[in-house]
Amino acid sequence: MVFPLTNGISSLCELARAIRQSVVRSLAESGSGHLGGSMSSADILTTLYFSVMRHKPGEPSWSERDRFILSIGHIAPLLYATLAEAGYFPKEELLSLRKMGSRLQGHPGRDHHLPGLELSAGSLGQGLSVAVGMAIAAKMDGHDNCIFCLNGDGELQEGSIWEAAMSAAHYKLNNLVMIIDRNGLQIDGSTEKVMGLEPLKKKWEAFGWDTLECDGHDFRSLLSAFQKAKIEQTRPSVIIAKTIMGKGIASIEGDYRWHGKAPSREQATEFINELS
Amino acid sequence: MGTRVINRGNKAARAGFGEGLLEAGGANSRVVAIGADITASVCVDLFASKFPQRFISLGIAEQNCVGVAAGLALSGKIPVFATYSVFSALRTTDQIRVSLCYNNLHVVIGGAHAGVSVGPDGATHQALEDIAIMRVLPNMCVLSPCDATQARLAVIAAIELCKGPVYLRFGREAMPDFTSHDQEFIFGKAQIMHAGNDLAIIATGHLTWEALQAAYQLEKEGISARVINIHTIKPLDEAAVILAAKECGAIVTAEEHQVSGGLGSAVSEVISKNYPVPMEFVGMNDRFGESGTPLELMQKFGLNAGNIHRKCREVLIRNQ
Ligand SMILES: [Mg+2]
Repeated sequence: MVFPLTNGISSLCELARAIRQSVVRSLAESGSGHLGGSMSSADILTTLYFSVMRHKPGEPSWSERDRFILSIGHIAPLLYATLAEAGYFPKEELLSLRKMGSRLQGHPGRDHHLPGLELSAGSLGQGLSVAVGMAIAAKMDGHDNCIFCLNGDGELQEGSIWEAAMSAAHYKLNNLVMIIDRNGLQIDGSTEKVMGLEPLKKKWEAFGWDTLECDGHDFRSLLSAFQKAKIEQTRPSVIIAKTIMGKGIASIEGDYRWHGKAPSREQATEFINELS
Repeated sequence: MGTRVINRGNKAARAGFGEGLLEAGGANSRVVAIGADITASVCVDLFASKFPQRFISLGIAEQNCVGVAAGLALSGKIPVFATYSVFSALRTTDQIRVSLCYNNLHVVIGGAHAGVSVGPDGATHQALEDIAIMRVLPNMCVLSPCDATQARLAVIAAIELCKGPVYLRFGREAMPDFTSHDQEFIFGKAQIMHAGNDLAIIATGHLTWEALQAAYQLEKEGISARVINIHTIKPLDEAAVILAAKECGAIVTAEEHQVSGGLGSAVSEVISKNYPVPMEFVGMNDRFGESGTPLELMQKFGLNAGNIHRKCREVLIRNQ
């Protein structure tokens, strides 16, 4: 089966709901991991994997596939839940998250051969450079596939991001789309308090990128942003997706203390009910 | 008197690296090179002008260079990224660790201007810690050719034979070029450059030439020293090292690098486990380099035949 599968808003809502529930289940089972960011990026990944990217879950190494680079390796539970939902591996395996011998490492590790995983990552600030390399290679070889890279907002404090940003614009990588999960939070609190990023849109514009903004929890807004990014001919595109950490679970929404926390079993039951 | 290795004339290892890259690039269209501004200084200009469509200039942004190399490798290319070792290996260590080594990607990192023989540029530009740091990274191979001719063969091997990440170290200055082009470069294999059984000198980089000169002096004094060139520091040819310990009974290592963590450490890790014998170490002793001519600096820090000879004498006394 060749993805993308659907543009239907109601099916995307259903898929995102199922993916969020899978994330909560796997985190409760592992007892550790990052819930907050997994929830804030859930609608972005759902849109990408079901409505935007060209890929074949039955043939993970298909050479014409679009590539997805997860630079923020700590939201691995979301990537795993999305891959499983798309059919890359059985959903039951999500319960092995972070356990000894699992293909679902705490941060993604290709050495464990998980189908659909493109990059071992977890040290912040590295993914965009890798995506730039893939985009340059695709252009060299005349391939028409697209490279997507998801970054966190706190991660933009890493200097290497801006090195990568410069190089993507220099090489006019219109086959590269970066998405920033702009939940405004990082481990120590608000990004603007820890190390201010604003004016973020102007920064990316000044670096020569096609800069788009969208509501990272509204599928229509996400789809329209990806569509605009796809038709850009001369520049790399960045989508600043406004999101809410912990989105979907009212009691944890916007609470930075949930960045790196897993729910207890009781909390998980409660959260899953809320997500139903 | 055994046969002596002849210096065909001084040549910089970086020149050999550039020639090998050009050759391997011609033979394999998957080879791409990444430049971080000092392209001519590390002799990648040969490749860049012959294959401009396969040369990617990324400016003074080494961390990005390593990440881009990872992306290229994940797309079927064989990227070669060379700049001064202090930048290519040391500034980028985390990118090398995660994006390259943890992903186990076939990328060749060229570490130019290794050692104090960089000369007047001084300590900031003299890489003396790169072997130590690169060799502890899982999946990484570490090559350190002994002259320009071997640097050419090493980069060809790194591109054609290796499967994962490779760190290839080489120097700036013109140094004796004494190995031959038809001498096979066997990846992971130590080379016996001079036969002997009274002690072994295990050297890497251009100190192999100095080790040979020390061995010739010892020969005159009635001592036969085995000189072993280690062009592949990782994976180390453990069998050759153990055999040297068994047959020679004492070892001196020589490298233009900190003694701590470098070739000397690698050899002693093997020796202490398998066949302990007295050892002495020639290298930098936990200090930075400084400005001076290459010759002055080699002399000041004892990175020459004279000091290797002295250490050989010392280790033989300990062994009596
Ligand atoms: Mg954030």
